[in-house]
Amino acid sequence: MTDPAVPAASGARQFWRRLRTQRAALVAAGVVALLVLVALAAPLLTAVEGQDPTTYHPSLVDSARGGVPIGSLGGASADHWFGVEPQTGRDLFARLVYGARVSLGVALAATVVQVALGITLGIAAALGKRWVDQLLSRFTDIIVAMPLMIMSLALLAIVPSSFPRPVLVALVIGLIGWGNIARIVRAQTLTLKELDHVAAARLSGWGTWSIARRELLPGLAAPVITYAALLVPTNITVEAALSFLGVGVKPPTPSWGQMLTAADVWYQAAPQYLLLPAGALFVTVLALTVLGDGVRTALDPRAASRLRVGTGRRRESKAAEGGTA
Amino acid sequence: MNGFTGFVLRRTVAAVATLLAISVIVYVVFYATPGNVAQITCGPRCSPEQVHQVARQLNLDDPLFVRYGHFLQGLVAGQDYSTGTSVQHCTAPCLGMSYQSDQQVTQLILAKLPVSLSLVGGAMVIWLVLGVGTGVLSAWRRGRFSERVLTGITLAGTATPVFVIGLVLMIVVCGELQLLPFPQYVALGDDPEQWAWNLLLPWLSLALIEAAAFARLTRASMLETLAEDHIRTFRAYGVGERSIVGRHALRGAFAPVIALNANNVGSAIGGAVLTETLFGLPGIGQELVHAVNVVDLPVVVGMVLVIGFFVVLANAVADVLYAVADRRVVLT
Repeated sequence: MTDPAVPAASGARQFWRRLRTQRAALVAAGVVALLVLVALAAPLLTAVEGQDPTTYHPSLVDSARGGVPIGSLGGASADHWFGVEPQTGRDLFARLVYGARVSLGVALAATVVQVALGITLGIAAALGKRWVDQLLSRFTDIIVAMPLMIMSLALLAIVPSSFPRPVLVALVIGLIGWGNIARIVRAQTLTLKELDHVAAARLSGWGTWSIARRELLPGLAAPVITYAALLVPTNITVEAALSFLGVGVKPPTPSWGQMLTAADVWYQAAPQYLLLPAGALFVTVLALTVLGDGVRTALDPRAASRLRVGTGRRRESKAAEGGTA
Repeated sequence: MNGFTGFVLRRTVAAVATLLAISVIVYVVFYATPGNVAQITCGPRCSPEQVHQVARQLNLDDPLFVRYGHFLQGLVAGQDYSTGTSVQHCTAPCLGMSYQSDQQVTQLILAKLPVSLSLVGGAMVIWLVLGVGTGVLSAWRRGRFSERVLTGITLAGTATPVFVIGLVLMIVVCGELQLLPFPQYVALGDDPEQWAWNLLLPWLSLALIEAAAFARLTRASMLETLAEDHIRTFRAYGVGERSIVGRHALRGAFAPVIALNANNVGSAIGGAVLTETLFGLPGIGQELVHAVNVVDLPVVVGMVLVIGFFVVLANAVADVLYAVADRRVVLT
């Protein structure tokens, strides 16, 4: 596959090269980068607009008609680019861009917790004594079996309410969703453990921690990154769902899921109140999913080429068969 | 056949053991962490003495394992609860009493369960038919324009949250086009026709998203099978493309689809919580959200355990189906 004249690229460079060849993944990466930029620059963007996400503007909603935004297009104007929220009159643009912070921030933080727990428990199970492995593996089975959405919802009942809510939601999602990463890490570590360089390190008297850090982690990177990339969109959906149900991120902190809670009542008077957060969620999750697929293809080209044999037209698949014969 | 009966028996024992482990974990997690259950139950304006009294009434002063023992005893043999003035008997699968309403959790769940089962059961039929159908179609039309369209639609489907699709369906179908009235739950026993009409939108909202995952999986596993040697042999023998895709390649998708379906029962129950809340269906999902909001721990724990029961059941059924469908599977 690789040209012998080209010196072997390092893992990361090879990864970028393979990712670059996928147009859909590149577009998705661009969209994700833009979203991250918007989230980071939220205070700047709202400063340009001259609004903030929490100030009520009672004068901009018609209290006689139940709080419908005054004016066409849900009160959109030069002052309020996307209009205002029904009833409260809070600025929609500001809530949307600050909502991006919450959605992406919570999802990323949850993913970090999931990956950290998954790697730690997965390696512990693979390198630990038999009973440790048994205990951890059975526990992982149960964690994987229980629906993430239900468990996070239930756990939110007992967490102390003094914590900042977004941190809490990220922690809860993170504490529950690590099961599959732990499984992948355990399986991969069991394979790596048998390799010569790991055995050599062990025989040289290295401690478990050094072996895990210097000999195992590099081999774990590809499967963990692949799975983590697909965890981010899942976490975004779960956060949005929890906030939609009113148990996740609570007002006045804006979140896309939470904005949709009351949107169905207002869709005629202020359609963008529904369409903007729904569209933002859709685009974000779609972009992250496509990017995740691209990352998987770039890290595991064998899986992709296996599929391509079947996906190709008749002619192509014949050519592929001819090539292997 | 003896080996098979033994397999089913072993699988059942394993399922019961898993459930028991789940109950321990859930009980410990939910009752060990908060020290303020009594305070929350009593209300914010309770005096310390009153909080103490509530704690005693709820047996919160007992050690955790003693309370778990009581809980297990109630689950197997039933239990008596004193509700201040009278004693209430809670019969065999007793999940305790609600802190908030003095209702038995089991009764509460049983009253809501038919709604959720109707929702998830009906949706499952739709997502299997629609998902596998779409997957077969896009594997058959592979490489053509129609396949790219189908792949795009299913990708969009996986990226849409349940409540977004539900919201859009509700607004378009019920609000703008007025094809259907806003759903209101009608029991199956009362009027099967109204039951189905009212559940149509909730079914679709839940099923469309799950169907997308099945379409992707069916397509991928069929393509893997199509690349295998025996399919080439079939082609060489002149077996028609339709038969190859529809019969032989589809067989390769069978096991993964069963496995995914077992997994999806869990995520579908999660989706059902959203669908029920969105459409105002009085199922266990809606009740769970309410219980979480008022911190009614026995209800929350009971619901989580019942949902865990269905997830474990779905996995056990999938394993048995898998073994029936594919005799090459080693029965352990």
